[in-house]
Amino acid sequence: MKRIPRDHTVRRFHQAKWDEPVIFELSQPGERGVEVPPVEREITAIVGDGVSQLPDGLRRKKRPNLPQISQFRVIRHYSRLSQEVLGADFNVEMGQGTCTMKYSPKINERFARSPKMAELHPLQDESTVQGILEMTYKLDLFLREISGMDKFSFQPGSGTQALFTQASIVRKYHEARGEGEQRNEFITTHFSHPSQAATAAVKGFKIIYVPVDENGYPDLEALKGLVSERTAAFAVANPEDTGIYNSRIKEFTDIVHAAGGLCCYDQANANGLLGITRALEAGFDMCFFNLHKTFSIPHACGGPATGAIGVTKALEEYLPSPLVDFDGSKYFYRRELKNSIGKVRSFYGVPPAVLRAYAWIRALGAEGLTEVAQIACLNNNYLYHKILQIRGASAPYIQGRRLEQVRYSWQQLKEETGVTTYDVQRRMSDFAHHYWTSHHPYVVAEPFTLEPTESYSKAELDEYVAALTQISEEAYATPEIVKTAPHNSTGHRVEESVLDDPDQWAITWRAYLKKTAMNE
Amino acid sequence: MSVKRFAHPYIPNSAPEVKEQMLRDIGFSSIEDIFADIPQELRLQAKMNIPPALTEYELDRHVNLLLNKNHTTKENISFLGAGCWPHFVPVVCDEINSRAEFLTAYAGEPYEDKGRFQALFEYQSLVAELVDMDVVNVPTFDWAQAASTALRMAARITKRTELLIPKNINPDKLLIIRNYTSPDLTVTLVDYENETGALDMSDLKAKLSASTAAVYFENPTFLGSVEANGQLIADLAHAAGAICVVGVDPISLGVMEAPANYGADIVCGDLQPLGVHMHYGGGQSGFIATHDDPTYVMEYPSRLFGIAPTVVEGEYGFGDVAYDRTSFAKRENGKESVGTQTALWGITAGVYLATMGPVGMEEVGQGIMQRSQYAAKQLSSIPGVAIKFSAPFFKEFVVDFTQTGKTVKEINTALLAQGIFGGVDLTAHFPELGQCALYCVTEIHTQEEIDKLTTAIQSVMQVKKTFIDASSMRSDRV
Repeated sequence: MKRIPRDHTVRRFHQAKWDEPVIFELSQPGERGVEVPPVEREITAIVGDGVSQLPDGLRRKKRPNLPQISQFRVIRHYSRLSQEVLGADFNVEMGQGTCTMKYSPKINERFARSPKMAELHPLQDESTVQGILEMTYKLDLFLREISGMDKFSFQPGSGTQALFTQASIVRKYHEARGEGEQRNEFITTHFSHPSQAATAAVKGFKIIYVPVDENGYPDLEALKGLVSERTAAFAVANPEDTGIYNSRIKEFTDIVHAAGGLCCYDQANANGLLGITRALEAGFDMCFFNLHKTFSIPHACGGPATGAIGVTKALEEYLPSPLVDFDGSKYFYRRELKNSIGKVRSFYGVPPAVLRAYAWIRALGAEGLTEVAQIACLNNNYLYHKILQIRGASAPYIQGRRLEQVRYSWQQLKEETGVTTYDVQRRMSDFAHHYWTSHHPYVVAEPFTLEPTESYSKAELDEYVAALTQISEEAYATPEIVKTAPHNSTGHRVEESVLDDPDQWAITWRAYLKKTAMNE
Repeated sequence: MSVKRFAHPYIPNSAPEVKEQMLRDIGFSSIEDIFADIPQELRLQAKMNIPPALTEYELDRHVNLLLNKNHTTKENISFLGAGCWPHFVPVVCDEINSRAEFLTAYAGEPYEDKGRFQALFEYQSLVAELVDMDVVNVPTFDWAQAASTALRMAARITKRTELLIPKNINPDKLLIIRNYTSPDLTVTLVDYENETGALDMSDLKAKLSASTAAVYFENPTFLGSVEANGQLIADLAHAAGAICVVGVDPISLGVMEAPANYGADIVCGDLQPLGVHMHYGGGQSGFIATHDDPTYVMEYPSRLFGIAPTVVEGEYGFGDVAYDRTSFAKRENGKESVGTQTALWGITAGVYLATMGPVGMEEVGQGIMQRSQYAAKQLSSIPGVAIKFSAPFFKEFVVDFTQTGKTVKEINTALLAQGIFGGVDLTAHFPELGQCALYCVTEIHTQEEIDKLTTAIQSVMQVKKTFIDASSMRSDRV
């Protein structure tokens, strides 16, 4: 046998394409997927059929029109659908910048799915949940070390809910000082997550944007002109998703504090900063960490998740209730908080996320956490270096180095070939890669935001770069290949116009059947 | 930083040779060069006080020691509900939601993540059958947040600012609603009837006005009893120009009427009963449903996945419906906010409903009603113990211990010593009820467990037990 040549740089990939029906099409009357626990005869003898007690108008007249499917077919259906999903366990998931798609260790999943976690009720007596309370309390201690903050709440169920919690605390803080009406302006940047502005707006704030200067920094001089007695808070990430660290951040927080505002640090993604620099020294009053980003819990198609929010001592009483404390012998809930914003999520948030993050930190230790930040940044600078060599790609703003991610641009590629970042996005799936663009607004033209984290090897970084390089070459030589992509994915270009047309959109199968019936 | 000879298993490029080569490739002399923009005074100087790394085996031992300090509802008998409920979780649900494809995916496009789009479209479609409505969203955080958004939607549609909410709502849910609806909306509480636990219609009439954006009620109510006046409440709301928002426990909908059929305009609830373990409260997941009316659809903040053709004949495609509504597209000018919420539980709820089917949902609802009625009957046979409300209930009911002379706290402490988690103590939040507890009985409770509870409470009361005998009851019925 001859040695099989393996010199191609991009993967010859084809994703699963099952052509699977929609689940309702699998229904066969009479089939069922599982049996329900039977009711003891004696219970029926004593109470009868149970449902006759319902008043007439409340008794369901028609069974729900759910499909009837045997168990094995249900499994095959969903297993097939799962194969049409490229989770982080399958692809080199660095295309979703800002979101820190790293390895979620398997052992942590075992812990989280243990009955010792899954079968707990949130209102059990504290004496029966000392294990999860201890892990919660200790994760709080670890995050205090990482941030310099004085207390954490794990109640917010995501970064967006943590941002909402921050905005709620800001409002409550100024209300408590009699300035609730007056301080109605929330200052942030265009690079901040869309939820930053959106959640602050829900809390009644007017959103003020600090412009970005030519180097990609928020403009310090502009900020001086924006703060006033109406300033409620300044909220920012540092670095933002450009990966550019704002070295004058302390001057920003000083200016806002001098004007009477609070400073909120978006550390949803803190992957380049662990053990390197902290919220406290930069002058922030609060910060939050997405446990599903920096702290490794799996993203689960978009939650459940946790945005752990930390505050300085002065704001501790504003946190959502309850908090976990320790009296030297037992862990317990502290429910009485003087200025608490109340609650943002039921019970305590998502405790299995807390458990996974605790276990992840214990697997790394202090040195390992710093190593995470260092390698995440090394990987990113390596990727940055390689991407700048691709024809048509650039990284706007200051050159030289970035921290953990970069918002790149295909502006030149678009101008020279007509191929857009959306075309590249679809084509990347042909090479087994996920690729995102960026948050809106597209301050950077034809954007793509890459964040390699610490989880991928040099060879995998090279593979991702090779795919982008090939697509660039295709754009210049045979742009149609890129524009008509995907070719090797789960399906083909979706005709998106129906999704924006109320007469045609179909958000459920029953709506689809109704709206297409007339065309049959 | 000490020099390590080996890479950390989670960090491939921490291998020293690789690290050095990468630095050389990009022209940096050390890792420190990367952090040169961070001023020294902002650099963390001290070592973080975090224990040294554990190997996988050590970690396994350590975490399991901690987990073993938890005592679960499976190792005890639990009657706790109040927003998080013990239900039968078909193993199919865990099998699918632990598949790495779903578990480790995030925000892929309708191409490389088509399966995620389809699975969530199917979940929307399956819940739609349960609630008998044509639009369901990708899940929100939990019921409380879904209710908050439903109410904000109603306020945007009516351009009004007052929300009427039942006084016997879950107090935590009320805190969340207040937080999500302030400062621009006001919450006004509507009384409930002492006898039935249902909404007080005269108080509702008195409080409805031209500024009422929405009337919210739940079926079953937080305190368990069913709300028989649903249609009347909806009619009153509509007559006042308000929107009727109904919160519902979806596992009741195999036997209870869908709120859309007694006038609900927006329906919301929690998906946790549909195949999700309790996870110490981490299993909560909210949903919102409406009719397919663009006025309503355009007010959802959530992602809504729709089915669409592709360029290939005969191929299903999926994508975001009316994406420009969202804060992803419009930031502060979008509808509220969207982001990571609880998608995996949505997929799981879909698997659950597909597995249970129409018959399974009817059977589970009926079984819950029978068992909870049995439990109420047994408990009320204990002298001094009474069922608080006269209205029928679904799976939770209020047990009144006032006449026993013992507090709920005393009773629950005694039950705990016998391996029983008694019902949720209502005395702090509902002092007007006296010494009352909210008991939850579902399809997972056996007759034996219910009888154990009865016996245990009797022993706490130190009274002789007087069981209802099945044979003596039979003649009462027919």
